[in-house]
Amino acid sequence: MSETILRVERLRVAYDHPRGVVRAVDDVSFSLRPHERFGLAGESGSGKSTMALAILRMIKRPGRIEGGEVWLGDTALSGLDTDRMRALRLAGIAMVPQGSMNSLNPVVRIRDQIGDALADHGVGLKGRALAERVRDLLAQVGLPPDVARKYPHELSGGMKQRACIAIAICLRPKVIIADEPTSALDVVVQKQVMQTLGRVQQDLGAAIILVGHDMGLMAQFVDRLGIMYAGRLVEVAPIRDIITAPRHPYTRMLIESLPSLEQRGGLRGIPGLAPLLRELPPGCAFHPRCPAATERCRSEKPAVRAMGEDATVACHLA
Amino acid sequence: MSALIDLHDVGKTFAGGKVALEKVSLTLTADQPRFIAVVGESGSGKTTLARLLLGMIAPTTGTVRYQGDDLQRLSAARRRDFRHDVQAVFQDPYEVYNPFYRVDHVLTMPVRKFRLARSRAEGRALIETALRSVGLRPEEILGRYPHQLSGGQRQRIMVARALLLKPKLIVADEPVSMVDASLRATILTSLRRLHEEMGISILYITHDLATAYQVADSIIVLYRAAVAEAGHVERVVKAPLHPYTQLLIGSIPRVSTERDWVGEERPAGRAPSETGCRFADRCPSATEHCLLQTPPLFRVADDHASACFLQRNAPAMTDAQLSSLLA
Ligand SMILES: Nc1ncnc2c1ncn2[C@@H]1O[C@H](COP(=O)(O)OP(=O)(O)OP(=O)(O)O)[C@@H](O)[C@H]1O
Ligand SMILES: Nc1ncnc2c1ncn2[C@@H]1O[C@H](COP(=O)(O)OP(=O)(O)OP(=O)(O)O)[C@@H](O)[C@H]1O
Ligand SMILES: [Mg+2]
Ligand SMILES: [Mg+2]
Repeated sequence: MSETILRVERLRVAYDHPRGVVRAVDDVSFSLRPHERFGLAGESGSGKSTMALAILRMIKRPGRIEGGEVWLGDTALSGLDTDRMRALRLAGIAMVPQGSMNSLNPVVRIRDQIGDALADHGVGLKGRALAERVRDLLAQVGLPPDVARKYPHELSGGMKQRACIAIAICLRPKVIIADEPTSALDVVVQKQVMQTLGRVQQDLGAAIILVGHDMGLMAQFVDRLGIMYAGRLVEVAPIRDIITAPRHPYTRMLIESLPSLEQRGGLRGIPGLAPLLRELPPGCAFHPRCPAATERCRSEKPAVRAMGEDATVACHLA
Repeated sequence: MSALIDLHDVGKTFAGGKVALEKVSLTLTADQPRFIAVVGESGSGKTTLARLLLGMIAPTTGTVRYQGDDLQRLSAARRRDFRHDVQAVFQDPYEVYNPFYRVDHVLTMPVRKFRLARSRAEGRALIETALRSVGLRPEEILGRYPHQLSGGQRQRIMVARALLLKPKLIVADEPVSMVDASLRATILTSLRRLHEEMGISILYITHDLATAYQVADSIIVLYRAAVAEAGHVERVVKAPLHPYTQLLIGSIPRVSTERDWVGEERPAGRAPSETGCRFADRCPSATEHCLLQTPPLFRVADDHASACFLQRNAPAMTDAQLSSLLA
């Protein structure tokens, strides 16, 4: 078996709702190799952000982790107390949350936001030492030193996103989770920010989980891609294989719904509506929208099967 | 009959001197529906154009007219007509919802106000059809408060509302920025169908060039408050002339097994020149001349113009009336 840095085992997360339980992450397993770039794509509301938060044990009520385990190297995260878990965030696994560039504190200078993040993790730096550390971090994400003195509103979207990356990497994490880091940016700036993120990841020797629904971005950036549908990880495969030979019908239809830049016409979404997470259909959750569904798909939930060393699929027909 | 919407030399400078849009002329008529995409980097003036066209802000130069009347001086009755004829769908629609009303309110109110249905049941059926066409389950959405929905869901309700009203023009500012590819395709094809079947004009503002290419007929590229390039989508996307448009299209990450997404990690730091071309500081083809003079739109074909001196052999457009370029 190949080496892994992060292992997610049978993770389950639910949100308690007055009208029923929403199972947002349902029995998800995958593992990440050191230095690997792993993408997580799928339908809006399929549980991607929930899974990212659950890996860091940051699920808040009405949500709860129902079961499963996350391993960082040899450490099982569920066994850690609050303090050790907090120490592990940023230093072990760091997150750039969805919409984070808009949640920078508007009245605190960038330098002090980085200082606070460090202090939160027991690295209390002051004066010259802090200034130097901040300058290094900003340089790493391609920002000029004067950004340290600025407030978020004085920065462009791309610069704010870089500042968020600087905060995330301030303790040299082994795994970086970036949740839709560029979806609010235009394509030119998106490309610059992703190149920065990729270079930082290489400098740190970290692995990365990139959450998003831009398949072009995934194609250009990640090594392997996981596809989520209705809380389950329905397919994982090397990005090349996902693009050329997707195994799950949902993956195939998702790729077919991508707009071409070569030829006009034929734009079409997947027919039907996404299922209600609190009332999933029996069998495979995708069966009502699947053109190939059989009797078995309507009654029996497909298990996740390994397809070689680095791919899995949950479909009776694959 | 006079045009549905007529922008004549419309520009906007905000208090404090920020020039958000410079002199745009664009005419939309009811008998010639158009599907126009507006693209460009963040801060280039796209939303400003939309807000001017909707009468939400007053232009500092030029006028915006609705069927011949200045949008800034409409009577109450004419304003009501305008609100029916021209619908907006915004990027983050949270502010248009009243947090104390269920989301049903934004759908039932226009049905009543514009008498779209003869009975409650008919109204309800109209609303449900509109919701389904944007991929929402009526039974899941109706009865909820705005904060109980995701951003993508709130966005789609606004699209459903626009569909419900069947206006003459829909101005959609990043209407699908928060949803996945399949849903994007579903929603945009329903807009396209409305355009084709009901003759509704659509102004689609977006960062997503690939969907713009798929659903729009014409495209306007804004760069730092001015039109850099405009014309038929096939020409602008397949054979972009302005170096900024080329950079934009070259930056789109492609869904392919080839990793060809390389290039600049950081933009050039120099400030744009006051007098010359706004793109000169980043342009690989800039010459001395580009720093001295602002290029007008050069019309290289009936349906294609670019504001770049590389095209200086083509005739310059004196009136800069974009409509003449658009399909
Ligand atoms: N705080 C919450 N309370 C109740 N339900 C929630 C909460 N947060 C998320 N959910 C539900 O859990 C499901 C998964 O949400 P999640 O945000 O993980 O999706 P996502 O895949 O990240 O979607 P997107 O692509 O839109 O960001 C959704 O159905 C959502 O409505
Ligand atoms: N009310 C305002 N007062 C001052 N400046 C403003 C105001 N509204 C917009 N601006 C400025 O005008 C310029 C154009 O803004 P606009 O919102 O039109 O850009 P945009 O192209 O829609 O960008 P995005 O892609 O980020 O939505 C920006 O520099 C912006 O900061
Ligand atoms: Mg999310
Ligand atoms: Mg805008």
